Amino acid sequence: MERIQLPDDVHPKIIQALLDMETDIKIEDVLDNEMILNMGPQHPATHGVLRLVLRLDGETVMACVPELGYLHRGYEKMAENMSYYEFIPHTDRLDYIAPMSNNVAWVLAVEKLAGIEAPPRAQYIRMMIAELARMASHLVAIGSLAMDVGALTIFLWTLREREKILDVWDILCGARFTNSYTRIGGVANDAQPEALAKVKWFIDQYEENIEEVEKLINTNRIFVDRMDGVGVISKEDAIQIGFTGPNLRASGAAFDLRRATPYLFYNEIDFEVPTYTQGDCLARYFLRVDETRESAKIIRQVLDKMPRGETILNSPKKVLPHKSEIYSSMEELIHDFMIVNFGINPPVGESYHAIENPKGELGFYFVSKGEGHPWKCKIRSPSMVNIQAIPLLVKGQMISDVVAIVGSIDPIMGEADK
Amino acid sequence: MNFKEIIPQKLKEKFPELDIEVSDFRNDLTLKFDKKFIRDVSFFLKEDEELQFNFCEDVTAIDWAVRKNRFTVVYHIFSMKHNFRLRLKCDVDESDLTIDTVSSVWKTANWLERETYDMYGVKFNNHPDLRRMYMPEEFEYHPLRKDFPLMGIPGSLSLPRK
Amino acid sequence: MGLEAKLKQEGFFATKLDAIIAWSRKNSVWPMPMGISCCAIEMMAVGDPKYDIARFGSEVMRFTPRQCDLMIVAGTVTYKMSHVVKKIYDQMPDPKWVIAMGACTSSGGMYRSYSVVQGIDQFLPVDIYLAGCPPRPDNLLNALIQIQEKIGRTKASDFQNKPLPELNVIQNN
Repeated sequence: MERIQLPDDVHPKIIQALLDMETDIKIEDVLDNEMILNMGPQHPATHGVLRLVLRLDGETVMACVPELGYLHRGYEKMAENMSYYEFIPHTDRLDYIAPMSNNVAWVLAVEKLAGIEAPPRAQYIRMMIAELARMASHLVAIGSLAMDVGALTIFLWTLREREKILDVWDILCGARFTNSYTRIGGVANDAQPEALAKVKWFIDQYEENIEEVEKLINTNRIFVDRMDGVGVISKEDAIQIGFTGPNLRASGAAFDLRRATPYLFYNEIDFEVPTYTQGDCLARYFLRVDETRESAKIIRQVLDKMPRGETILNSPKKVLPHKSEIYSSMEELIHDFMIVNFGINPPVGESYHAIENPKGELGFYFVSKGEGHPWKCKIRSPSMVNIQAIPLLVKGQMISDVVAIVGSIDPIMGEADK
Repeated sequence: MNFKEIIPQKLKEKFPELDIEVSDFRNDLTLKFDKKFIRDVSFFLKEDEELQFNFCEDVTAIDWAVRKNRFTVVYHIFSMKHNFRLRLKCDVDESDLTIDTVSSVWKTANWLERETYDMYGVKFNNHPDLRRMYMPEEFEYHPLRKDFPLMGIPGSLSLPRK
Repeated sequence: MGLEAKLKQEGFFATKLDAIIAWSRKNSVWPMPMGISCCAIEMMAVGDPKYDIARFGSEVMRFTPRQCDLMIVAGTVTYKMSHVVKKIYDQMPDPKWVIAMGACTSSGGMYRSYSVVQGIDQFLPVDIYLAGCPPRPDNLLNALIQIQEKIGRTKASDFQNKPLPELNVIQNN
């Protein structure tokens, strides 16, 4: 039986939520023609499939209800059905602009649950790739924010820089993008000298390229006017609504998980945590540019300090042995079989570990019943909580400001929808 | 500051009839108590001068797939002043699948509770806007429950005609 | 086009006209990027200076379906999103082609779960299936060249007198 229905009309519950929202905007010359506008899931400026249903009076936004779920792929349910090792490629696709960062977060959380620790060289390599991922993510954020506001050249320039980072990852592990490079107990293979040399070359030439970008738009009247004073959020509101990452630091709270709960070897590296107090879109943009500079500084120190040694832990019950040993020795073959088929079997209990993702705080909460796959896995994604603040930020602004605000918060829907 | 002793002590002073189970695994402090205290305990933990747990990181639920106390609602909260993380757990039974909301204490919990409702079916009392988060509104099931199959139930979601 | 309708037979003039029309269609394929998730980033990379797509004739990636002829579905399509994709496909004018980019659109990819459509050919006619997770930008350019060859073999009479699609009809599965 066929039924003709308009399947993606706005659901009545959303209309109800939109009309119920408190709005204390006072407009002098009320046009008396409110309308409901759908900035639908397919839109060039919404950074993925985010749907914003706006209630407008003329061009001023009175209220906004974001709707997520267009990219909900069922990660948490799948994680309950596969072992900890099998889920590593899935973590790449969470925040797909900085995939290495998610890999590092997952293996750190599993290692905390299992009670093992990777050797020092692996930890330094993980720090290096996490900071490269941060630079890649912020470059795309800056580029697409500038493109949304109108400066198209910046997008091509920052993508050109990002291509160099992708070349580094290509040499390091074979895949440009969505590379599942980290393993439980270390990293998949050692960093080749060509890769390290290329990283050094990239860092050395990065400073002048980012300065070119800054010279073009930092004092541009149109760019500054479109972003200055737009989407302001105060420090208390930011902490209350759950902002983390660059969005929080642009509102004045100097909170960085690398300093607050240090992981890997961040307490031995000297870096600053840039903070701005204005809390508007321009501050978030400046903060991201500054953070890329700090990341370059961190990578330089990591390259100097990287120790020699092995890159994967030698713990047979929990870490996959090397392929060459599997083919030649009986013990390693048995361990490989057990780990691949039954999993690493961490002890019964639960644990939560979070790292500083380029978007905010990415955390994994595991409940383990002693089996090879988790009983429950929760992904605390920063983008979902960041999008929660959009209704607060767009009240009273114009429609074109909505585009700038969404761009400056920088959500990634793969993470927000899980 | 040794939070592992201070927090249960302070909670005992403020709420004498509260019965807390304290556990500490992998350096994470966990407190488990009855669900009717959750709003008062959260308010106290946030407003207390010494503790100041002003940041709510995560709200989720666990489905144990047993007959009694099938679900457990889990809260992760963080104190930016002391850089300390705390976990609160409350059991919810299937016969009375409701719990008080903490979105009046921390606004972050608004969408996180909506997600828990969507995935597990736990209803939150006095929540300002309890709708589904990820699945379409017409969907009748709760996906993350242990009795929902991984490939879904055929016919529960619609596709357009080719 | 009245001229083609008059020249229905396969004569020298008709085939030459077909060849000219096919040549002009294939060298100016404007893609409509249906960028949903990770493959969209590789699609953006195809547009950047290293793997320039503009040199193949796809000068602009218009985000409005009314001006495009190729829809590149890049990213995992869920049941909730499938209605939106179909609606946009219906809005594109004929002739139109579809590239299913990546493993997720070809067959559901690595997501065997309750909310992912296991292959977009369940509700869209697909011309090229592109393998990879995500496929490298060179791979996408290869697919574009194959679509251009496919367009080069079409005749102008293929696209006349097509029935109008029925809009917004739900499958019962």
